[in-house]
Amino acid sequence: MLLLTQITVLITIFAGIIALLLQHWHRLAKFFSFALLGLSSCLTIFIGSKTLITQQTLTWQMVTAFPGLNWQFTLDPLAAFFLAIVGLIVLAITFYGPAYLRGYEKKRSITNMLLCTALFVAAMYLVLLASNVFSFLFAWELMSLSSYFLVIYLHENSVNRKAAFVYLLMAHASGLFILASFGILAKFSTNLDFISIHLAHLPTLWAHCAFILALIGFGMKAGIIPLHVWLPRAHPVAPSHISALMSGVMLKIAIYGLLRFVFSLLGTLYWQWGVTILIIGTVSALLGVLYALMQHDLKKLLAYHSIENIGIIFIGIGLAIIFMSTNHPVLAALGLVAALYHCLNHALFKSLLFLGAGVIQHQIHEQDLEKMGGLIHKMPHTALFFLIGCISISALPPFNGFVSEWLTYQTTLQAPMLSSGILRTLLPISAALLALTSALAATCFVKAYGAIFLGRPKTRQVRHAKDPTFSMVAAMGFLSLMCLVFGIFPVFTINLINSIPQQLLGTGLITTKNWLWLMPLTGNTTTYAPLLLCFGVLTIGGVVFWLVSCRPSNYAKKIKDAGYIPWGCGFGKIGATTQYTASAFAMPIRRVFKGVWAVTETLTKDNGNFEYNLITEDWSWRYFYEKLEKYLTFIARKIAYIQSGNVRIYLAYMFFTLLLLLWLVI
Amino acid sequence: MVGYMIWVFALLQTILFVAAAPLLSGLVKWLKCRLQNRRGSSILQPYRSLKKLFKKETIVANNASFIFHFTPYLIFTITILISATIPLIIANSPFTYIADIIVLIGLFALARFFLALSGLDIGTAFGGMGSSREMMLSSLAEPALLLAFFTLAMNAESTNLSTIIQHFITTKHLLFSPSLIFTALGFVIIAVAETGRIPIDNPDTHLELTMIHEAMILEYSGHHLALIEWASQIKFMIYCVLFVDLFFPFGLATSLTLNVIGISCLALLAKLFFLSFTLSIAEINLAKIRLFRAPYLLSFAFLLCLLGVLNHIILEVR
Amino acid sequence: MFSFLPTYDQLEIIISALLLLTAFIFLTQNRISNLITTFTWQSILLTIATTLQAYGNVNKELYISAAITFIFKVLFIPYFLRVFVKKLDIRHKVSNIKHPFLLLMGAVVIVLFCYHLVAANKIALNMNSNITVVAMAIVLLGMLLLITHHKAISHVIGFMSMENGIFFAALVATNGMPMAVELGIAFDVLVAVVLFGVFFFHIRSSIDTLNVDRLNILNERVKE
Repeated sequence: MLLLTQITVLITIFAGIIALLLQHWHRLAKFFSFALLGLSSCLTIFIGSKTLITQQTLTWQMVTAFPGLNWQFTLDPLAAFFLAIVGLIVLAITFYGPAYLRGYEKKRSITNMLLCTALFVAAMYLVLLASNVFSFLFAWELMSLSSYFLVIYLHENSVNRKAAFVYLLMAHASGLFILASFGILAKFSTNLDFISIHLAHLPTLWAHCAFILALIGFGMKAGIIPLHVWLPRAHPVAPSHISALMSGVMLKIAIYGLLRFVFSLLGTLYWQWGVTILIIGTVSALLGVLYALMQHDLKKLLAYHSIENIGIIFIGIGLAIIFMSTNHPVLAALGLVAALYHCLNHALFKSLLFLGAGVIQHQIHEQDLEKMGGLIHKMPHTALFFLIGCISISALPPFNGFVSEWLTYQTTLQAPMLSSGILRTLLPISAALLALTSALAATCFVKAYGAIFLGRPKTRQVRHAKDPTFSMVAAMGFLSLMCLVFGIFPVFTINLINSIPQQLLGTGLITTKNWLWLMPLTGNTTTYAPLLLCFGVLTIGGVVFWLVSCRPSNYAKKIKDAGYIPWGCGFGKIGATTQYTASAFAMPIRRVFKGVWAVTETLTKDNGNFEYNLITEDWSWRYFYEKLEKYLTFIARKIAYIQSGNVRIYLAYMFFTLLLLLWLVI
Repeated sequence: MVGYMIWVFALLQTILFVAAAPLLSGLVKWLKCRLQNRRGSSILQPYRSLKKLFKKETIVANNASFIFHFTPYLIFTITILISATIPLIIANSPFTYIADIIVLIGLFALARFFLALSGLDIGTAFGGMGSSREMMLSSLAEPALLLAFFTLAMNAESTNLSTIIQHFITTKHLLFSPSLIFTALGFVIIAVAETGRIPIDNPDTHLELTMIHEAMILEYSGHHLALIEWASQIKFMIYCVLFVDLFFPFGLATSLTLNVIGISCLALLAKLFFLSFTLSIAEINLAKIRLFRAPYLLSFAFLLCLLGVLNHIILEVR
Repeated sequence: MFSFLPTYDQLEIIISALLLLTAFIFLTQNRISNLITTFTWQSILLTIATTLQAYGNVNKELYISAAITFIFKVLFIPYFLRVFVKKLDIRHKVSNIKHPFLLLMGAVVIVLFCYHLVAANKIALNMNSNITVVAMAIVLLGMLLLITHHKAISHVIGFMSMENGIFFAALVATNGMPMAVELGIAFDVLVAVVLFGVFFFHIRSSIDTLNVDRLNILNERVKE
C-alpha cells in the first residue's frame, strides 16, 4: 500500500514530464499525459477506499539535505477520503480533457496546460499526504502556483490577466496566514511534524490566535464571504475542466486543511470556534446563493454556488465543533459526517455542472445565459446530465445533495441537547436559513436550466450546437451516475466515512448492517430510505402511466404534436424574444432582497429604442477590497519616501544601521 | 397477522386519500358558493371535470421537450407518494418510515422544480411569469415551514410523522402549549401560500397574468392537465390533513380494531368539514394581496414559527 | 414538559406568550388605529392574567387591580387615544422603517438577550419560571417602538406598552404590586396621557407637525 501511494504520486508527476518531453507531438503528449493521470486517479480511488475500509494509518519519511527540513507523509482515513474525492474527479476529467483540448490545440500549445495540470494534481495529492509543516506548505504553494498558470492559460484577454492576478494575490495571502498559524503552533511544540504538534499544549489565547489565522487562511482559499472575491473572477476565466478541478477539488483541499488544523493539530476545541464557523457558514451560504441568482454568466453563477456549498460544509463543521466542545461526541460525529458527505457531493455535482458549461461553451462559444435557449433539442444527452447536476445541487431527493442536507438538518435538530439557551436557538435559525438557501438554489437552477436548455433559441449560434463526442458525454454520465449512487446508497457511504470521526473525535456513528434505511442515530426514530423512495416513485409512476396512457379504453388519448405552435394570446406566431429571460426570472427575488446587492439600473431611450442596463455587484469588492487597496497604496506611498534613489543616502542608511547594531551588541 | 393487515390498511388509506382529494376541493367550492348565496355546482363536480379532461385530446406544442411530457406523471406520482406517508385514519402507517417530514419538504420541492421547469419549457412569457413567482414564494415559505416542523420535532424528539402524531396523542394536552399555537398560525399561512389559496393566489379564476399556479400549467391540456389538477387537489388535501393531524390529532386510530377506525373516520370527516367551513369563510372575506406584499405575509409566518421555537426553548423546556 | 404542569400554570404561560406576540405586532404596524387595537388586546390579556393570578393566589386586592387595568387601559385610554387621533387628523404612516424584517430579527435578538440574562442569574434571582423573560422583553420592545417610530402618538403607545410590561413583571415575580404603588402608577399613567394630549396640541401648533424628528428645529446650532 505504501509503495502504491508513492507510485501514484510519481506517476502523476511523470504525466507532466512526459508532456514536456513529447512537446512536438501534441496528440501523443495528450494521450499519454491523460492516460497516466487516469491511471493515477484509479489508483488513488483504490487506495482511498481501501484505507477507509481498513482504517489503517501509514507514515513514511524522506530526508533532504537541509537539517530539520525533511519530507514526511502520512496516509490516514481523513487524507484517504479526500484522496478518493480527488481521484473520482480527475478520472472524469481524464475522459473529458482530450476532446475539450482539441478546441485549443490549433491556436496555442497545450504543453504548458498538460504539465501544469499534472503538477496541480500531484500537488493536491501531496497536500493531502503531508504530515509535517514543511511538506504541507511546500505542496500548498506548488498547488497555488500551478493553478495560477492554469487560470492564466488564455492570457490574451486583459480581463483574464486581472482575474488571475487577484487569484494569485489571494492564494499567496492565504498561504501567509496559514504559515503564521503554523508558526504559532511550532512555537509550542518540540518538533515540526503533525504528531508532536498534536501533543503540544497551547495556552488559550494563543490557541484562539492560531485558530483565527488558520480560519482566515483556509477560508480565503475555500471561498467564504467576505474573502471570496477571487472565486467569481478566476473560475469563469479558466478552461472548463480546470474550473471543475478547482471548484470541485481545490476548495475541498482547503476544507481538509481546516479540518486537519482544528481537529488534529489544535487539541482542545472551544464552542466559540464552532459558533464562529457556523455563523460564517450560514452567511456565506445565503449571500453566495443570492449573488448567484443575479448572475447571467453561467460560470460566474456556478462559482457563486461553490461559495454557497462551502458555506453549507462550514455549517456542518461548526455544528461538529459545537457538539464536540460541549461533550456530545456522537452528535459531533454526525455533524462531521454531514460536512464530509457534502464535500463529496459538491465535488461530484459541481464538476458535472462545470463540465456541462464547458460543453456549452465549446459548442456555441457563449457563456451568457441571455443568449442561449432551446439547447435541449440540440444536445439531449448533455441536457439530461446537466439536469441531474441541477437536481443534485438543489438538494432534491433522491440524489446525493439531499442526503447531506438531511444529515445537516438532523444534526441541528439535536439542539435541545445543548445546555446553553442561545445555542439552542441559534441552531434552528441556522437550519431555517439553510432551508432558505437551498430553496433559492433551486430557483437559481430552474432559471439557469430554463434559460440554457428550455424555451426557444434566442440567438443564431444555438442552431449549430450538437452533442459533443462520446468521451465528454461519458465523463458527464459517469459523474451523474455517481450522484445517483451516492444518493440512493447513503448507508454504504456513511459506513465508509465513519472511520474519519472515529479517528478525529474518538467515536463514530453507530453503523448498521442495514443498507436500506438511513438511521443515523439509534433510539431516535428518524429514517430515510431513498432506495425505497425511488422504487415507490417508479412503481407508482409506472402504474399511472399504464393506466392513463397505454390502456386502450374510453379514456385513451393520442398525443398529437404535429406542428402546434405555442399560445400567443391570439397575436399569432410570437418571436423568441417574448420569453422570460434569466434576469426577468430572478427579478422578484431581487425586489424582495433589495439590500443585498449594489444594483445599478439604467433605462435610456434614444429615438424610439430603449436600452436597459442592469449591473449587480458584490458589496464586498467596493467597500472592503477597494478601501483596503486605497489604504495600502497610501501607506506604500508614504514608505516610498525612503527610496530616494541617491546612492549616498543608501550608504548613509547602512552606516547608521551599522552604528546602531554595534552599540546594541557591544 | 397484524403486520400483514397494517400494510393492507396503509394501501387502502392511500387509495382513499387520492380518491377523496377532488371531493374536498369540491366541498370548499360548494361551501363558498352557498355562503355567497349562490346555488353553485355540486360537490362531485371536480370528478366530472377530471373525467372530461381525461377524455379530451392532448395537444402539445412543437417545441416541447421530454421534461414537458414527463412532468405531469412525476408530479402526480410524487404527490401520491407523499400522501402515502401521511396518517389519514391510522396513526402508525408503515409507509411513514420511508420519508420523514424533512423528506416531505424535499419531495414537494422536487415536484415544484419540475413544474417550474415545464413552465419555462415552451418559451412563452406566461410560463416564465408563473414559474418565477412560484419559485419566489416557495423559497420564502420554506424556512418558515422548516422552523414549524422543527418545533414539532423538538417537542416529539423525532422527525418521523407518525411518531410526532402519536406523541401529541399520548401527551393529551388540555390546552395548547404556546409554541404549538404560534406554529399552528404560521403553518396556516404557509399552507395558504403553498396551496395557492386566497390571499396569495386565487384558485377560482384562470387569468394567467395575475395567477401563479395557473400560469405555469397554461400549455397543458387533456390527460396531462387532468393529472396536474388532480395532483394540486391532492396537495391541498395533504396540507389540510397535515394541519388537522399535527394540531388536532384526537381520534386518530392507534390500533386496528374496527370501532377505533370507525371513530377515526368520523373524527376526520368532522375535522375536515370544520376546516373547509373556516377556509371558505376566510376566502370570501379576504382579497388577494399584491404579489410583492406576499413576502411580508410570509415573513410574518416566519416570525410566528420563530416565536414558536423561542417559546418552546424559553417557556417550555426547563 | 408543558403538559405536565397544572392547568393554572399552563394558562399563565399561554397568556405570557400571547403578550409577547402583541409586543412583536407593535413593531410591524404601520397604521395608528392598528396600534391602538393591539394595545387594547394587550391590556385585555393583562387583565385576564391579573384575574387568573387573583383567582390562583386568592388575593382580593388583585381583583381590584384587574378592574382598574380593565377600566383604564382597555376602555378609557384607547377611547381617549382614538378621539385624539380624530382631532389631530393623523393620517400618514407612522413609521418608515426600510427593512421591517431586520427590525423583527433585532427584536428576536433582544428577546434572546433577556433570556440569557435571566437564565444565567436564575438562582440568584430566585425564580422558578421563565415568564419574567417575557415581561422584560415586553419592556425592551416597547422602548424599541419608541426608537423606531417617528410619530409622537406612537411614543405614547410605546410608553404604555412599557408600563404594561412592568406591571406584568411585578405580577409574575411578586404576585402583584402593593396596592398603593399600583394606584399611584395608574394615576401617573392617566395624568401622563392627558398631559401628552395637551402637549400634542401645543407641539403641533408651534412646529406644525407631530413628527418627533422635526423637533431637531429646536436645537441651538447656528445654521450656516
